[in-house]
Amino acid sequence: MISFRVDGRSGVPPYLQLVQQVRQALRMGVLDVGDQLPTVREVVAAVAVNPNTVLKAYRDLEREGLVEARAGQGTFVRRRPPGPPPGTHSRLGRSLARWVRDARDAGLDDESIESLLRVTLRASDSEEEIA
Amino acid sequence: MTAAIDTPAIQTRGLTKRYRRVTALSDCSVTIPEGRICALVGPNGAGKTTLLRILSGLARATGGAASILGGAPRQDPAFLAEIGFLAQEIPLYRRFTAEDHIGFGAHLNPRWDGASVRSRLGELGIPVDRPVGKLSGGQRAQVALALTLAKRPRVLLLDEPVAALDPLARRQFLGTLTAAVADSGGELTVMLSSHLVGDLERVCDHLVLLAASRVQLCGDTDDLLATHKILVGARKDTSALGRAHTIVHAERTERQDTLLVRLSGPVIDPGYEVADVSLEELVLGYMGAGGPPAYAHLTAIGEDR
Repeated sequence: MISFRVDGRSGVPPYLQLVQQVRQALRMGVLDVGDQLPTVREVVAAVAVNPNTVLKAYRDLEREGLVEARAGQGTFVRRRPPGPPPGTHSRLGRSLARWVRDARDAGLDDESIESLLRVTLRASDSEEEIA
Repeated sequence: MTAAIDTPAIQTRGLTKRYRRVTALSDCSVTIPEGRICALVGPNGAGKTTLLRILSGLARATGGAASILGGAPRQDPAFLAEIGFLAQEIPLYRRFTAEDHIGFGAHLNPRWDGASVRSRLGELGIPVDRPVGKLSGGQRAQVALALTLAKRPRVLLLDEPVAALDPLARRQFLGTLTAAVADSGGELTVMLSSHLVGDLERVCDHLVLLAASRVQLCGDTDDLLATHKILVGARKDTSALGRAHTIVHAERTERQDTLLVRLSGPVIDPGYEVADVSLEELVLGYMGAGGPPAYAHLTAIGEDR
């Protein structure tokens, strides 16, 4: 069983925070196929959010095929989220570290680097939408 | 589960309450579907307590109509059995224990669930055999809420229940409240007044905003957040923007305009940066707009350019 956190100041809608925490727990192996998620009542009693927020999060995870609701029993993990093969993160991390060194050498500070990354992500998102 | 769309849990039409010289509530029309947790917000003196007292049958309106679960609020046992009301000053007898109060409740209420009080307080480690005057403020609030829920109300009206509590006690109180709503399977409707917008943003899925005795906003919080945006841009004539959309609140410096806008469609003007609005910004924007009706004030802002 996992426990949730909801940060009111993060700017991410509470239901999405719950979705992200389940996905993260699945990627990290904290949750596995067949495990039960906390009931709506357990979640709202612990983190004091609206019951519909939890329902919406669980429905989203169900639509993704990650969990399934079993009548009268609760919500259970169906499968792990599809992810890149092992080693991908560290390989990309190494090339990103090289890029960050280049950026620092070019005189960019952390704030400029983060802002450039956000802008680039957004630009590539909208390219995909257009394409 | 009862269909939420048919009969709203709470509905008012043109509700008005006048005292001799003061109008506490003016032409108030709100609709809250069943199963919602509705935030009631607004400046002090905006009429929040008046509205809650009328809905609970404790005060009578001087005009308009209110309906709870399809019936008018009144002082009769059948109506009162459906309503839980928790006033600002927590109504407990300080020298009696929670167990004593469970006994009183059993005498006074037809559908009394005393066992639920013991199990709720047990979960929180609150003793039922100690005089409630000797409990902490947070524990007393929990006792009062557990007793109110033991009536098995279908509409729960709470007047600033967490104002005096520390952050942990507030979180636990709201946890008890949301768990009760989850337990009810969509049949318990809550209206909750508070100034703590951060709490309300987590807990509530509906919003009623009162200012200057009038309703400024009423609706599903997700819908309200989706239809409002913050527009930031260089200061300029906003009359075209104001024709296409509703400018709720404008903050203008010599160079910059920061506008809270209720959208009627997409914003076409590329001169504005468009940002999502938080519940707090929305509430502050409408409270700042104040005055009846909101747009009159905004015209005035437009004119002082």
